[in-house]
Amino acid sequence: MSISALTIKNLKKTYRNGTEALCGVDLDVQEGDFFALLGPNGAGKSTTIGIISSLVNKTSGSAQVFGHDIDTDSATARSLIGLVPQEHNFNIFEPVGEILINQAGFYGIGRHVATQRAEKYLRKLELWDKRFEMAKELSGGMKRRLMIARALVHEPKLLILDEPTAGVDIEIRHSMWEFMREMNACGTTIILTTHYLEEAESLCNHIAIIDKGVTIEHTSMRKLLDRLHIETFVLYLENGINELPVCGDYQLKLIDSNTIEADIAHTQSLNELFQILSNCNVKVLSMRNKTNRLEQLFVSMMRKGNADNYNGGES
Amino acid sequence: MNFSQQLIAFNTIMIREFRRFIRIWLQTVVPPAITMALYFIIFGKLIGSQIGDIDGYRYMDYIVPGLILMAVITNSYANVVSSFFSAKFHKSIEEMIISPLPNHIILAGYISGGVARGVIVGITVTFVSTFFSDFQIHNIGITLAVFVLTSILFSIAGLINATYARSFDDITIIPTFVLTPLTYLGGIFYSIKMLPEFWQTVSLGNPILYMINTFRYGLLGVSDINITTAFIIIFAFIIVLFSFALNLLNRGVGIKP
Repeated sequence: MSISALTIKNLKKTYRNGTEALCGVDLDVQEGDFFALLGPNGAGKSTTIGIISSLVNKTSGSAQVFGHDIDTDSATARSLIGLVPQEHNFNIFEPVGEILINQAGFYGIGRHVATQRAEKYLRKLELWDKRFEMAKELSGGMKRRLMIARALVHEPKLLILDEPTAGVDIEIRHSMWEFMREMNACGTTIILTTHYLEEAESLCNHIAIIDKGVTIEHTSMRKLLDRLHIETFVLYLENGINELPVCGDYQLKLIDSNTIEADIAHTQSLNELFQILSNCNVKVLSMRNKTNRLEQLFVSMMRKGNADNYNGGES
Repeated sequence: MNFSQQLIAFNTIMIREFRRFIRIWLQTVVPPAITMALYFIIFGKLIGSQIGDIDGYRYMDYIVPGLILMAVITNSYANVVSSFFSAKFHKSIEEMIISPLPNHIILAGYISGGVARGVIVGITVTFVSTFFSDFQIHNIGITLAVFVLTSILFSIAGLINATYARSFDDITIIPTFVLTPLTYLGGIFYSIKMLPEFWQTVSLGNPILYMINTFRYGLLGVSDINITTAFIIIFAFIIVLFSFALNLLNRGVGIKP
């Protein structure tokens, strides 16, 4: 039976200026999970992460990391977490290798072991050649990888990544995805916040969506995506057509002579559509989702939330 | 964290702090040596020759202990206030906050950095003073004790300042408007016996007076105040400021929103 890597109950945070960042967040992340924490800007994701990692004082509520309460057993809880924050938070005038060795030292890891760990993770994240360079000399992508290496140097059981791939190029992003998958396969529980919903969909098993300081969704990725009743696919045709063939219940739209958009309901089959098109001598060369499925769902949930609020304000 | 892990963490902060100020030695170690050399030349040699003896010592010899301790005070303070505030400014303080490090180890680590700079600058200034005066030690135990305790006290004060500071301006206000006047009025350049009675009494409210006079006693064997009282006051200040600074860290003042 798996145990909870993170349990958050009714977490609230009101900042000194009166801003209510969290109004009651609940989360449950199982050990070994790859968990997406999503929400629009200002939803409360970073505040939640800040409270878990003790960077932010909570107003009320509770949080436990592998059963260790962040209030009563704070040191143990903190020792189990590795955090990759959204913004750079290292001394840019320190050499890359020293940043990792010092971080290990803060966890009580001796210099000999810390040096070995620093080498291991700097090599994994392709920063070994930069170990003597000041952190300020690194590129944006390298700085992000440095923060990942630093978060891993004490080998945490729970790794929290707050928008780790923001602003990095596509090649580095893919190598970071690969690395995160590898870490997760080795047993590290991962919580990921990201604005790239394609990233969350391809990496994560479970998902929570926070909006305006409350958890509005907490389920498995599969169950959430199952709620998407209609998906829009873009079909690229081999030969141009001037008008759409008759395709029964399928909703098609002619974009140009070589491109069709098809709205496919969950109850419909792509195979059947292809068969009908083929019978009409329309050959499909390739196909793609018009938008990422999770993105489609996320946008509709946010719109619904805003509409509910708007209506609520009117009544 | 067990004791040996805490020791490793403490050493990590101490070594990091030591490397930080050594890396910028041209800004941290050399300027006090030059400033003190100017003090020795101008106040000691040029003006001092016109003043005569105080408590049986040439004016130059009389001001040496105060100038050495002034360098220790300002550098211990400056080291911690700038290092801790920079860590807040760059957010690298978060590296320690997210770790299981207890706050008393963070505090002790920063104090050790301040003391290390205070000691190195103190030794440098003492070396410079040997070119201008006959260096002597009356009581090495008292000399070393007050040297280190003063450094500890002002390192803690620097951390408290950095905790409350929100901008780089805030870390210069206390040294400029509080520390420097108290230091100059703490009997570096004169004996309080030279002051009118009212100002002698007022001077006794200045904690730096006790440190400078105790250090002067350690080196020259003369002091305006009782040495035991001085040590009690220094210890009391250290205990109060340490407790206050620890409380600030525990509550996350200036660090955690």
